[in-house]
Amino acid sequence: MAVQTGTEAGDSAHPGPAKPGAGRDPAISVSELTKRYGDLEAVRGISFEVAAGETFGFLGPNGAGKSTTISILCTLVRPTSGRAAVAGHDVVAERDTVRRNIGLVFQDTTLDSYLTAEQNLRFHADLYGVPKAAVAPRMRQVLEMVGLWDRRESLVRTYSGGMQRRLEIARGLLHAPHVLFLDEPTVGLDPQTRSSIWRYINDLKQREDITIFLTTHYMDEAEHCDRIAIIDHGQIVAIDTPEALKASVGKDRVQISTADDQAAIAALAERFGLEAAMHEGLVTFSVESGEEFVPRLFAELDVAIRSVSVARPSLDDVFMSYTGRTIRDTEATGADAMRAMAQRFGRRR
Amino acid sequence: MATPTTTEPAAPATGALLTDAIRVAVPESGFRQDLRATGIVWRRELIRFRTDRLRAVTSLIQPFLFLFILGTGLGSLAGRGLPAGINFRTFIYPGVVAMGVLFTAIFSAGSIVWDREFGFLREMLVAPVNRGAIVLGKCLGGATVATFQGIIVLALAGLAGVPYNPVLIITLIGELLLLSFTLTAFGVMMAARIKQFQAFMALTQMLVLPLFFLSGALYPLNGLPTWLTILTRIDPLTYIVDPMRRAVFSHLNISPAALHALAPGVSWGGWVVPEGLSLGIVALMGAVMVVIAIAEFNKTE
Repeated sequence: MAVQTGTEAGDSAHPGPAKPGAGRDPAISVSELTKRYGDLEAVRGISFEVAAGETFGFLGPNGAGKSTTISILCTLVRPTSGRAAVAGHDVVAERDTVRRNIGLVFQDTTLDSYLTAEQNLRFHADLYGVPKAAVAPRMRQVLEMVGLWDRRESLVRTYSGGMQRRLEIARGLLHAPHVLFLDEPTVGLDPQTRSSIWRYINDLKQREDITIFLTTHYMDEAEHCDRIAIIDHGQIVAIDTPEALKASVGKDRVQISTADDQAAIAALAERFGLEAAMHEGLVTFSVESGEEFVPRLFAELDVAIRSVSVARPSLDDVFMSYTGRTIRDTEATGADAMRAMAQRFGRRR
Repeated sequence: MATPTTTEPAAPATGALLTDAIRVAVPESGFRQDLRATGIVWRRELIRFRTDRLRAVTSLIQPFLFLFILGTGLGSLAGRGLPAGINFRTFIYPGVVAMGVLFTAIFSAGSIVWDREFGFLREMLVAPVNRGAIVLGKCLGGATVATFQGIIVLALAGLAGVPYNPVLIITLIGELLLLSFTLTAFGVMMAARIKQFQAFMALTQMLVLPLFFLSGALYPLNGLPTWLTILTRIDPLTYIVDPMRRAVFSHLNISPAALHALAPGVSWGGWVVPEGLSLGIVALMGAVMVVIAIAEFNKTE
């Protein structure tokens, strides 16, 4: 599978104020990276680059190698072979330099719930050597960014799951890292909280000159990225902007409900040469450009139409076309439920 | 980015776009950075201790039980063997003070296991600082907190018939600090290997009482059967309880014969170990355990 390493795609898709990648070294560059745990090959020779300022997502089911890759990039796991550099520094040879330049938000909380938000941030500032004069203003800035300034003196254990995640993002930003790593940033959160976390992340891209690398198995979240890599069985199977990936799948899906479905199917075949079939009780077919096709449909189809819906190809379709299965076919939902349970159990203790 | 630099922070107004991010250049690691890391890890122990009153109270219960219930009850029997004017409570007081720090120090170290289970350890281990700085901060934090606890027991000296002599108090505090540091280092060393909090607690509970009983906290170290003599000499706690008892008894108004009977000092085959060497043994053990703990934490991740 050809893997595109260029940064052009990221440039053209990036809507933010700072043009990423322009004349700058890549924020992350990975070549021929592998990681083996005994017989299990978790990562099988992946290569890619992430431009400075880009928001880059790793999309794939659980067990695809996302977490292993992010752990290698964060210097927590040593690769078996291959190289990886973050902010221009090798993750193995220059571990501490890499660590100073990255912010980490893990899947599971790493806050001290018996300290206040402010105390957690101060701890982080001292550990990362944030210059003393900068601690207070920077702390205020990141706390305001995630809307927790007013709650800074509350113990973290009084926070909801979403607030804790926001605080972790604020903490990850405290030492002004070049690259922020978010490992499944919204896993285990309810849909409303998930979308609010994304509001903060998108906001962050506007405010700070930062590269964001995230992993997710939620299709809708991958849409927020400038570019995504689809990873499956330890390999990158596709890498591009979400738009380009969806375009590569091609056709829109049109569903209509008519007075006489069988007649409609026959008419579609005869007049437009389209192969339609009944799905979910509706006449369903695919066309290149659904929105342009619908007016023609109304004008030329003899059968009365009651309703029409046009759906663009989703990343679900993209994932399906590259891996031959949907991401939901994997055990993702089961693992989610278990993690949520573990978190609830943890909080109660 | 060798030197830390900051520009003037933009006054952050709520709702306003903070386009001028405050520039933060994180400096290279070095001794000063490590010192700051040690400092904050130490401070966290203090904050946690201050907010956890329940722990402070519960860990005081055991010394109270030993001193007043066991001390008074057994005293009516054991007191017959003591010189006139010496209370059994006075005799066990140094050991009980040591016990006052025992649990707190090891609990403090055990919070590493807790931190690992709840993720916070990761926050410490991924930081760009020397792991040794973190381990040292943890040991110093545990030592400080445990010594506070010991000072509360020290405040009860009068009730045990021990005079409030400033020299004595300061000597005892110094010895408590040394003991607490070594105990915390021991706990941290164990915590590097043990991944479950329950397992850590079970293991330390199993070790703590034998250590306490073998230390001579409740009986004099002379005239024991050979097997018990050997065991008491192996117990590291012996080498701190003995100097503490000698310090207490040197401030009591008793005859040299009584002093010799009650605080004979640790002896190795008839040779009395000097107090300095006793304390040195404890300090050396603490240092060795810190080194092992650092090596253990450097191995992980």
